[in-house]
Amino acid sequence: MVEFEPKIIGFLCNWCSYAGADLAGVSRIQYPSNIRVVRVMCSGRIDPIIPLEVFMHGADGVIVLGCHPGDCHYSEGNLYEERKIKMLKKLLALTGFEPDRLRLEWVSASEGQRFAEVVTEFTEQIKKLGPSPLSGKKPDDRILENLQAATNAASDFRLRVLVGGERELTEKCNVYEEKIPQEEFDSLLEEVVKAEYVRHKIHLLTRAQPLSVRALAGAVEMKPADVLDQIVAMRRRNMIALDHVEGTTPFYKALEVK
Amino acid sequence: MPEEKTDRKKIGAVLVVGGGVAGIQASLDLADSGFKVYLIDQGPSIGGVMAQLDKTFPTNDCSMCILSPKLVATGRHPNVTILTNAEITGLNGKAGNFEVKLRRKSRYIIEDKCNGCGICAQKCPIEVVDMYNEGLGKRSAIYVEYPQAVPLKYMIDREKCIGCGTCQEICKANAIQYDQEGSEATLEVGSIILAPGFEPFDATLKSEYGYGRFPNVVTSIEFERILSASGPYGGLVLRPSDGEIPKKIAFVQCVGSRDFQIGNNYCSAACCMYGMKEAVIAKEHTPSKLDATIFYMDMRAYGKEFDAYYERAQGEWGVRFVRSRVAGVTEDPKTGNLFVHYVEDETPRTEEFDMVVLSIGMQPPKNVEKLAERLGIRLNKYKFCETETFSPMETSKPGVFVCGAFAAPKDIPESVAQASGAAAKAMGIIASERGTQVTSKEYPPEKDVSKEEPRIGVFVCHCGINIGGVVNVPEVVKYAKTLPNVVYAEANLYTCSQDTQKLIREKIIDNKLNRVIVASCTPRTHEPLFKETVQEAGLNPYLFEMTNIRDQCSWVHMHEHEKATEKAKDLVRSIAAKAKLLKPLEKPIINVTPVGLIIGGGVSGMTAALELAGQGFEVHLVEREEELGGHLRKIQYLLEKKDDPKKKLDSLVKSVMENDRIHVYTGAEVVDVYGFVGNFKSKIRQQNGKEKEIEHGIVIVATGAVEYKPTEYLYGKDTRIITQHELEEKIAKGTFKAKNVVMIQCVGARNEERPNCARICCGQAIKNALKIKEASPETEVYILYKDMRAYGFKEDYYREAAMKGVIFINYEDERKPQVADENGKLKVTFWEPVIKEEVEVEPDVVVLSAATVPNPDNKHVAEMLKVPLTKDGFFLEAHMKLRPVDFATDGIFLCGMAHSPKYIEESIAQACAAAARATTILSKKSLEMEGIVANVSEDLCSGCRICEYLCPYGAVEMKDKDGKTLAHVIEALCKGCGACGTACPTKAITMGHFTTEEILAQVKATLLEAKA
Repeated sequence: MVEFEPKIIGFLCNWCSYAGADLAGVSRIQYPSNIRVVRVMCSGRIDPIIPLEVFMHGADGVIVLGCHPGDCHYSEGNLYEERKIKMLKKLLALTGFEPDRLRLEWVSASEGQRFAEVVTEFTEQIKKLGPSPLSGKKPDDRILENLQAATNAASDFRLRVLVGGERELTEKCNVYEEKIPQEEFDSLLEEVVKAEYVRHKIHLLTRAQPLSVRALAGAVEMKPADVLDQIVAMRRRNMIALDHVEGTTPFYKALEVK
Repeated sequence: MPEEKTDRKKIGAVLVVGGGVAGIQASLDLADSGFKVYLIDQGPSIGGVMAQLDKTFPTNDCSMCILSPKLVATGRHPNVTILTNAEITGLNGKAGNFEVKLRRKSRYIIEDKCNGCGICAQKCPIEVVDMYNEGLGKRSAIYVEYPQAVPLKYMIDREKCIGCGTCQEICKANAIQYDQEGSEATLEVGSIILAPGFEPFDATLKSEYGYGRFPNVVTSIEFERILSASGPYGGLVLRPSDGEIPKKIAFVQCVGSRDFQIGNNYCSAACCMYGMKEAVIAKEHTPSKLDATIFYMDMRAYGKEFDAYYERAQGEWGVRFVRSRVAGVTEDPKTGNLFVHYVEDETPRTEEFDMVVLSIGMQPPKNVEKLAERLGIRLNKYKFCETETFSPMETSKPGVFVCGAFAAPKDIPESVAQASGAAAKAMGIIASERGTQVTSKEYPPEKDVSKEEPRIGVFVCHCGINIGGVVNVPEVVKYAKTLPNVVYAEANLYTCSQDTQKLIREKIIDNKLNRVIVASCTPRTHEPLFKETVQEAGLNPYLFEMTNIRDQCSWVHMHEHEKATEKAKDLVRSIAAKAKLLKPLEKPIINVTPVGLIIGGGVSGMTAALELAGQGFEVHLVEREEELGGHLRKIQYLLEKKDDPKKKLDSLVKSVMENDRIHVYTGAEVVDVYGFVGNFKSKIRQQNGKEKEIEHGIVIVATGAVEYKPTEYLYGKDTRIITQHELEEKIAKGTFKAKNVVMIQCVGARNEERPNCARICCGQAIKNALKIKEASPETEVYILYKDMRAYGFKEDYYREAAMKGVIFINYEDERKPQVADENGKLKVTFWEPVIKEEVEVEPDVVVLSAATVPNPDNKHVAEMLKVPLTKDGFFLEAHMKLRPVDFATDGIFLCGMAHSPKYIEESIAQACAAAARATTILSKKSLEMEGIVANVSEDLCSGCRICEYLCPYGAVEMKDKDGKTLAHVIEALCKGCGACGTACPTKAITMGHFTTEEILAQVKATLLEAKA
C-alpha cells in the first residue's frame, strides 16, 4: 500500500512566517514536502470561510502561520486571526470534521528551524489522523454537508459581526463604554456558533425537501423541542417557512437567503 | 544653522558612514526626500549589531523580522548606492561640497554577477570561525555574513581561502574572480553622516570575570546569538562547555561601563534593559525551569515603558535582581560551574551558577581616532564623537553630522530617531539641490488588457543548480505548458539576471502575454525586480505573480527529487490559477500640500518648524500659551554647563519669529483636523477667538509635558518643600540659601498610578545638587533615590557629585522616606541601608524630584487626530523600536516630551527626526501609494463600523451617502492587510490582489490533482 501523503495548505503571512519559511530554505532544513504555501500579506487576511472551503475541496490539513503577538506588520492582524481560528475550531467541532486538521501557529522571520518543526509536526499529526473524510473520490456526504452548513454559518452576518467585533467589545468597550468580560463573550459566542450552525444545517436539509421537526431532530441529533426553537428563530429571520402539513405534522422548507 | 558661504556649487548627495540601523534609517530618509545617498560600510554587508540580536526590548519583537524589510528597502532603493568593504582615506572641501576618498577591499566576486545562490558556500571545503555568531559557529571561507544579508553577494575570506578553485568551478554565474584587486573611489557629496556605531567592550580586560578562560562565561552579544533561533544552538540555551541546558544563569551588569579604573566611567545606557530582556527570553527558551539572576548597581530602566517591563521581569517572569557589583567569578574546573563572588548587605557572598552572562558595554568604534583625524572632527574624552546639548547631531566640522551609538551609547529607538534627525540636518544644508542627483524611472504607457483572454507566460528558474539540481525543471516547464491559459513557458539558468529581464520583456511582447509568472526564489526579495520588468514591457505590475520553488521547495526537500518536482508543479499550477484572475490595479496618486502643521511651540516644536522651513516648506506653528518656549522656559542652566539655555531659548524664539516661512500662532489652539496624508485641512482658533482654516500635508505633534504637582511629602502645605523646578528658579535668582537639603527622587513616578520612570529627574537632581555645592560647599545635600539613572555621559556628573560630598542614599518602596513638621522643624527620616539604621536629618529645604507627566491636552489632540496614547497618557508611536517619531497613520508624526519625558538634546534629535520624516512626504509633489487596497461595495455595506475600529491606520472612515452611513476606504492610508475584509459581516470589502476568489482559486487548483 502506498503511504498516505496528505495535502496540506499553509497560509503564510508575508512578513514573518513566509520569511521564516524562506530561512528554513536558506538554512537547508529539510521537512516533509506535503505543504503547499499560499502567501498572504497578513494572517488576518484568512477569512473563516477560506479554511472551510479549502477543507470542502479535500485538503487534509490547513495551517495558518502569522507573526508572534507584537510582531505583526499591521500591528494586530494576527490577534484578530487568533479569534477567528478559535471560532472556527468551535464550528468545526460541530461538523464531525476533526478540528485538529486546522491549526494556527506563530513563526517569526528568524525561526527557520521552528517553521520546519511546525510543518513536520503538523504533517505527522495529519498523517496520524489519516485522509480527510472529504478527500479522494468518495467524500463523506454527511460531513460535506455539515461543512457546507458551517461555511454558510461563517458567512452569516450574525457570526461575523460578533467575531469581527470581539476584540473591541472585550478589550476596549461597547457603545455604553462597558467592557464585556471575556468569559461572558465566550459563552455568548459558543451559543451563537452552535445556533448558527444548526440553523444552517436545517436550512440545507430543508432546501432539498420539506421536513418535519421530528425528522430534523433525527438528522441534527437534537431534541425536537430544541429544533423547534431554532425553526422559530429561523422563521423570524426569513430563513425558513411552513411548507405544508401532513396530518398533524407540519413540514418546513428553506427560503433562499439573500 | 547659518549656511556657509562657498563659491563652489553645492551637491545634492550625502555620504552615510556605517550600515547599522542608524545608517540605514538616515539613508532611507535622505533617499526618500530626493537626495542621492552613498552608504558605506567597512564590512561586506549592512545590518550592524541589530542583525545579530534575537529579540528587542521592551516589546520582545523579533529583531530580524523588523530589520529585514528595512535592509531590503535600502538595498533596492534607486537613490541609495551601497559600498561595502569600504573605508574613508581622505576628505577635502567644505560643507555643501565635499570630496571623499575611499578604499575598497576586494570581494574576489563580481558583484553584478553573483546572485547570492550560495552553492559556493555549500561546497567550500574550508571552515572558518563565524564572527556573525560571535565565534560560536563556523562558516565557509566564501560566505555572506548572515542569510538575510544585504547586499546578498558572497565574499571570499582571502586570509582563510586555500585557493582550491572549487567555487569557481561550481559557480554557474561566473561570478568568482580570484585576481580581483581592491579599488579606490572618489565621491562628491554635499554632507556627511557618521553612523559607525560602537565596538562591544572587550571582556577579557575584566580578567576577574574569567571571560576567555572559563567557557561558560559568555558576553551578552554571544548570548544574543545563543538565544537566536537562527543562531548556533537553534535558540536553545546551552552551555558552551558541555552542551547542557543551564538551570541557573547569572547576568553581570556594567562590564566595561561605569568603571573608572578601566577608563570607562560612562554608562552604556542600554545594558540594563538588554540584560533584563536576555534573562526573560532565556527563561522563555528553556524547556526546564531556569533561574535567572541579575547583579546590578542601579537598574536603569529609564525609557518609555521600560519600568513596566522591569516590573514584569520581577513579577510575571520571575527574574531575581541583586543590587551588588560582582567582585569576581571563579570556576569549578570539574563541572564547569561558576562561582559568583559579590557583596550584599556588607557581607561577602558566593553563589554557584551554571552559566554567567557579562552585560558588556559600548566602546567607540575601532580605529576611531584615524577616522576623526581624516575627517577633522573632535572626539570627547571617551573618544565618542563630541556634540553639544543644543546641536546633538552636529560634529565640530560643519557639514559632518553624527547619529547612533558613536554620538553616545544608546539603544535602537534613540539611534533611529537621531539618524532621522541627522538626515534632516544633512539635507538642510543642501536643500536647494534636492532632486538634482537622483534618477526617476520612466515606464512605457500601460496596455489595456482588460478585454483580452488571459495569456500567461511562465518562467521557471534553474537558479544554477539550486533548483535544477533537485527539481526537474524541464518537466515543470513542459507541465506548465499544459495548464489552462498558459501560452508560453521556458526555463532560465538565472531568471533574475540582467539578460533574462530583457528576454522576459521580449517574450511578453512577442507572445502577447498579459500575465507573467516566475517560479524561482522568494518574492520577498525578487518580486519588485520582476514587477519592474513587466512594467517595462507595458504591463500593469499587478499582473505578475511569483511562486517559490527554491527556498520553500528544492532547498527543503533536497533528497526527494520526485516529490519536490511534484510540489513545484503543484505550485506552478496553483499560481497559474490565481494569475488567470489577476486584475490590473491602479496605484492611487495623491497630491501633497507642501505645508506643515506643528502643534506645540516648545523646544521640539520650534526646532521642527525651523528644520522644515530650512527645507523650504511653509509651517504653521500653534502654541497654546501666550509665548513660545514650553518646558525650556523653566530650565535655568544645564548639567553639562557649557550652553546657557536662556540664551539658546531666546535665539531659538528669535529665529522662529523672524523666519518668513513660519506662521506662529500663540494663545491659539488647533480645534479640528480633517483629511489625510498630503491633504489635511485644519482649523486654528486664534487668540482673538477667530478661526482660521489652513491646508497642510503633514502634522507634527509636539505638545510637550508638564511637571507633576506633588500631593505627597507635605508639598503645598509647607513652603520649605519645593520641586526641582522651583529650586532651580531660586538658585538662578540667587535667593536660595540652605545648610541642609534633602532631595527625594521618584515623586509621582514609578508608583502604582504611573509605573514608568520620568527619566530626567535624576539628572535634574544631580545638576541642582552640584549647583548648591558650587555656591556653598559646606551645605549638606542628600539625594534619596531608588535607582540613580544617570545614563550615558551623565554618569560623569553623578560621580562628580559623589566626589563633592553629595550623599546618595538608596530607598526601597517598602521603606519610603518620611517627611514631618515637628514644632516648626522639618524632619526627614529614612533607612540607611549600609549602617542598617533609621536616620533622621533636619533639613532647611526638602526638594521633591517631581515626575514629568503627560500634557492634559493630549487626550483631546489624540482624539482629534485619531492617534493612540499609552496607558500613561503619552502619545504612542507606530513602533517603539524602529518608528519612534511616526504614528501608524501616515503623515502624522510626534516628537519631544509628547512622546515621553526626555532631555533637551533628545527632544531636539526627535524634533529633527520628525522634520526629516515629514520631509519624505512634503518633498514630493504627489505620492504614489500601494495598489493593493481594500474596496467597499456600497450596495453590501451595512455601516456597522467594525472595519473602522479594526483598521490600525485610520484608513476607513464612515461617510453619509443617500441617507445611509457607509464605510469608505481612504486609499492613501490603506496598507492592504485585509483585516477589515475578513471581519466584514456582509463581506462588502474585497482586497485587491488577494481577493477571496483569487486565494480560493489558488488553493483549489492545488487540491485538484490530489482529488483526481
